[in-house]
Amino acid sequence: MNRNIVLCGVGGQGTVLASKLIAAAAMNKNLPVMSAETIGMAQRGGSVFSHVRYGYNVSSPMIASGEADIILGFEPGEAVRMLPFLKEGGAVVTSSRAIMPVTATLSGSSYNGGEMITYLREHVENLFVIDPLKACEEIGSPKTLNTLLLGAAVYSGAIGLSEKDIKEAIAARLPEKFHELNFKALEYVRKHSE
Amino acid sequence: MHNEFLMGNEAIALGAVAAGVNLVSGYPGTPSTEVLETIAKRRTDSIYVEWSVNEKAAMEVAAGAAYSGARSMVTMKQVGLNVASDPLMSLEYVGVKGGMVVLVADDPGPVSSQTEQDTRHFAAFSKLPCFDPSSAQEAYEMVQEAFAYSEKYGTPVFLRPTTRVCHGYASVSVKDADEYMSHTPSGFVKDSARWVIFPRLSYQNHIKIEERNEKLSEDFSAYKRNQIVRPSVSETGSDTAANESPVRKGIAAAGISFTYVLESLKGIDSIPVLKIATPHPFPEKLALEFLEGLDAVLCFEELDPVIEKELTYICGKHHLPVKIYGKLSHHVKNAGENSRDSVFQDIRRFLKDTYDNTPSDSMTGNSSDVPPDLPVRPPVLCAGCPHRASFYAVKTAMQGKKTIFCGDIGCYTLGNAMPLDMVDTCLCMGAGLGIAQGVGRIEPDTHCFAFVGDSTFFASAVTGVINAVYNQSDLTLIILDNSTTAMTGHQPHPGTGQTMMGGVVDKIDIEAVLKGIGLDMVETVDPLEHKTAVSCVKRVAKEPGVKAIIFKSPCIAVTKPKGSMRVLTDKCIGCKKCIRELGCPALITPKGKVSIDLSLCTGCTLCQQLCPTDAIVNRKAGDSNE
Repeated sequence: MNRNIVLCGVGGQGTVLASKLIAAAAMNKNLPVMSAETIGMAQRGGSVFSHVRYGYNVSSPMIASGEADIILGFEPGEAVRMLPFLKEGGAVVTSSRAIMPVTATLSGSSYNGGEMITYLREHVENLFVIDPLKACEEIGSPKTLNTLLLGAAVYSGAIGLSEKDIKEAIAARLPEKFHELNFKALEYVRKHSE
Repeated sequence: MHNEFLMGNEAIALGAVAAGVNLVSGYPGTPSTEVLETIAKRRTDSIYVEWSVNEKAAMEVAAGAAYSGARSMVTMKQVGLNVASDPLMSLEYVGVKGGMVVLVADDPGPVSSQTEQDTRHFAAFSKLPCFDPSSAQEAYEMVQEAFAYSEKYGTPVFLRPTTRVCHGYASVSVKDADEYMSHTPSGFVKDSARWVIFPRLSYQNHIKIEERNEKLSEDFSAYKRNQIVRPSVSETGSDTAANESPVRKGIAAAGISFTYVLESLKGIDSIPVLKIATPHPFPEKLALEFLEGLDAVLCFEELDPVIEKELTYICGKHHLPVKIYGKLSHHVKNAGENSRDSVFQDIRRFLKDTYDNTPSDSMTGNSSDVPPDLPVRPPVLCAGCPHRASFYAVKTAMQGKKTIFCGDIGCYTLGNAMPLDMVDTCLCMGAGLGIAQGVGRIEPDTHCFAFVGDSTFFASAVTGVINAVYNQSDLTLIILDNSTTAMTGHQPHPGTGQTMMGGVVDKIDIEAVLKGIGLDMVETVDPLEHKTAVSCVKRVAKEPGVKAIIFKSPCIAVTKPKGSMRVLTDKCIGCKKCIRELGCPALITPKGKVSIDLSLCTGCTLCQQLCPTDAIVNRKAGDSNE
């Protein structure tokens, strides 16, 4: 089973950790994994991405246009930016919360992400939108966007991993004090996607 | 053996550890930095590792170790090699005893660099053998082989990965600790005829080097990582025009582009691919074997057309009627990164026709469906970054005066962005000082400023200060001392007092260094005390000669935030001075009104200090009617 996963967001949002969890979950299933991510200047508030590919017969860590099974958008505009990577019938899970670039604040732009969500709704059938503010309020921590998106990715069916796979990866990769919180985030997604 | 999920740079590090490397030195630079950091984390007791003060020092330290029979590695990014080129060029004429790997990471794009220079040219220029890995697994094995070649031929060798190999992750099969090679250095043996470079020795060794590289070219033709690959046809037959054309075609590729080619050729029959793992000395014999029977070859490589030129040369030398296509023939783009998509399209065009028509760049796109305008996200200084405060203080103090602000390499290059707009020039590490002096000679009425970070100061600005003092320049040196090497991920440096061996040593005091050079006026100020900082700049800038201000405040990524600010909505008049003048990412306008993003604000208080109506307060203080 092969899967191509694109994660995208704004530098500092934690796309790298999420891609590490996906990679760990796939490796636990004895599948070969390759990934690539943005490192360097763009990490200072620029657009960042990770590509994760697992399965056999993969040569390159990079994903081509129209090849991604799923896009995990940490920011709605960034999800739209990565849309050319999505294959026909692929899934998108995205946060609805826009992050305004400094340049937009300076110019008084009205960007709020709403038009991005509308565009996604028009173009992606298999779409999951998460309001992180609402979710985090219920969960009790502002720092679970990662796991919320992973949970939604599981329920989209497009990531090829189960909730158990993700839970095991969290247990193996994150400090114990964060386990409960992240499990709660997975639960939140399950509750709201049923 | 066991499997680990490793970044290419981590794989290189573990490969060096497995090869029994004894000493590793380097200077941080994207995309090379994680190699040395991983060695420091995963080293055995017999490995010494250091961040050197710059690449030249690192190269010399590694050379000394190799003179002593140790296996050594030196790490840097491509522009770092420019700094280290003086010792390297001579080192090739002297040679080494222990194996020495010069790890230089190239950065096509460029993603995080000043240039798109190609270290494979440096290999030909300096006459060093060069290894070019295409994946993390290959890089892991290649570094071990590189040490063996280095020892066999008594020469330092390049290992030259590019960004996508350095920063790509893969499950890599690596050795267990009990499988590591152990290497005991034989020690330095005095022999001035060997270790002291003189014109006569250089002449004699030059002859040997040329002979050796001919032998190496033969040797490399049999090296297993240089190969002619025929992609397997597991999927049903050939789908595209590969067989429709009477022209016999092949592809030559290297590095990450080789993996893009493999992906693009899935399901396509009978296209031979020449993979070049050692661009210098070029494996001519293998290339000849590949070229024989072909009519056309398309080359995929990033940065410069090294393989394309070599193949063209070989065809000319052997009178082969093979057309070589690539960057030089404008069939592959000649700047920036290759991508899965660009390689796929280029191969399709190559297989479809015989390039009789002029190459077209048309991609089939459905332009009817345009997404909304996407936000542009140039990188910016972090919320709470002390550099913002330093730039703002100088900007405020020098308002209305004729000035030039010469910048340098580091996070603070981002001070060029609006609204700060405080970097007029940026060239290379340490250059701001020299540029400021040159401008001052031609425009004596300009207040010349040179901004330099603490790590860059030690790396390459000290000589610039000495030059300015000796030659009686007029300039204000601004040291942005955030107590770390922030841009590359917080490496220690001589001013931090920590070493990569875990030691705590005496910090080298920048103020004392400057006074030692002869500066009379050196002031140290906290840039986050805005008024004090501004008056300090005013006072210092009007003095003649070379004087310095050290803006000292730690990087927000290495300290705990002091708190956070908030806006009192009843006091805020919406003038947006804070946003217009600072450009801090924590200052946002969600509903047209200024607000502060809690998740980003560090409580630096700079916005509070410039608010004309005192509408910004510490979150703990003031009332709570936000």
